[in-house]
Amino acid sequence: MIAVDRLAEVFVEVADTLVDDFDVVDFLGSLTRHTAEVSDAASAGLLLADPHGQLQYVASSQESVKLLELFQLQYREGPCLDCYRTGVAVVNSDLHHAGQRWPLFAPRAIEVGFQSVHAFPLRHRHKVIGALNLFSTDTGMFAPTDVRIIQCLADIATIGLLQERIIRDAEILTEQLQSALNSRITIEQAKGVLARTHGIDVDAAFTKMRDFARRNHHRLSDVARAVVTDPTRHPELTTTL
Amino acid sequence: MNSYRARMARANQLIDDEPGTAASAGGTILRLERLCSALTRALSASGAGVSLLTDDNHGGGMVAASDARSRVLEELQFTLGEGPCVDAYVSRRPVLEPDLRARGSRRWPGYAPAAQQHGVRGVFAFPLQVGAAHVGALDIYRAEPGSLAPDALGQACTFADLAMRILTDGQARAGTSQFSPDLDDALANRLEVYQAQGMVMVDLDVGIGEAMARLRAHCFAAERTISDVAKEIVAGRLVLVRDKT
Repeated sequence: MIAVDRLAEVFVEVADTLVDDFDVVDFLGSLTRHTAEVSDAASAGLLLADPHGQLQYVASSQESVKLLELFQLQYREGPCLDCYRTGVAVVNSDLHHAGQRWPLFAPRAIEVGFQSVHAFPLRHRHKVIGALNLFSTDTGMFAPTDVRIIQCLADIATIGLLQERIIRDAEILTEQLQSALNSRITIEQAKGVLARTHGIDVDAAFTKMRDFARRNHHRLSDVARAVVTDPTRHPELTTTL
Repeated sequence: MNSYRARMARANQLIDDEPGTAASAGGTILRLERLCSALTRALSASGAGVSLLTDDNHGGGMVAASDARSRVLEELQFTLGEGPCVDAYVSRRPVLEPDLRARGSRRWPGYAPAAQQHGVRGVFAFPLQVGAAHVGALDIYRAEPGSLAPDALGQACTFADLAMRILTDGQARAGTSQFSPDLDDALANRLEVYQAQGMVMVDLDVGIGEAMARLRAHCFAAERTISDVAKEIVAGRLVLVRDKT
């Protein structure tokens, strides 16, 4: 059932997107398209758990209101929610026999034209972070080897998400470093300004600025920035009486 | 990805192998200094240094270097307000100058001759950045002219990534809006420059950016380093006076 000849291309393409100018939304979108294509499923989509453990739709192989509705229904019930809760893949689930398991989801999926549904967990260590969802228009069965390959594609989605998180974390730390550096510099500049304005040394200037910030419930770095860029802002600090 | 990981591991190994204090000891700055020494050795360069910069091109300072001369060379860029390190930071790409004597002066009229006086012919600067955020540059100095071989170029990029990682690890330990104490120590002699900048702003009644330009102009004319001049201004022994216009 899996188009093995296409699979190698998919892996190469995915590896490419992991490196340069990585955009996680693009990446997950193309991954769901490839998953649908190689597995011969009619549609594929991806749901991720938010920080509160609530599933949220993030990407699918095609844009369709009806499909979107099917993904969103699974915030409450359906194969993705089951898969997310148990960490076990839901494979080859015949929708015509799933009315009891998913009373809301199963009839709606049949209405849209699907016969069977599948969900594969996105696993990181012992945590499930989301699920890869596939819909088929027939009841054709995925063989165990097919299941392993689709699970591989779900794992690639996980790797992509982790990669994005690592980059974002490092980016945030770098910005924090840059802003800490900036405020450190601004405070020194402001010490110099106040020292000269009041004819005091830089330590006394610092004390003066810190006391002013505390008294007025301002952040020290904000006061320093005002002293340097807009001396009229705090006249009681920047003018001599 | 695998080869990237292998290159990072090899660079880390080279840093660990540097003689001196045990690799695990010390904080951000010590690790960066070892990185500079290891890189210098690996590329047969004459030195290397790491500087932090800020967006307005007035701030930052050298935080680590392989040796005394590289410290002077890093400082030079802050005194003059120009150089490969500044360009690499601003452009977010490597700045490669294999021969300062040939083209350098057109690029950096102040920096190029001054760096040559310190025995540098080739200089290669790599931005310290991750995603959209950037914070400084890694500079490599060579006494002989000539380009970096592709292999050496790859190695330099890996070391720049590693330097960025050492800095972000340090920031992760320091907490959200704090500046890590050892970075603060490393920048200690720069802090007087910023105090002096604030003083010049008042003395000359100019904006903070203009104050740095005046300070630099004075240093250039007096052929002195900016930290020496700053020290005198902060101590009250030197006051820049307004031009009579």
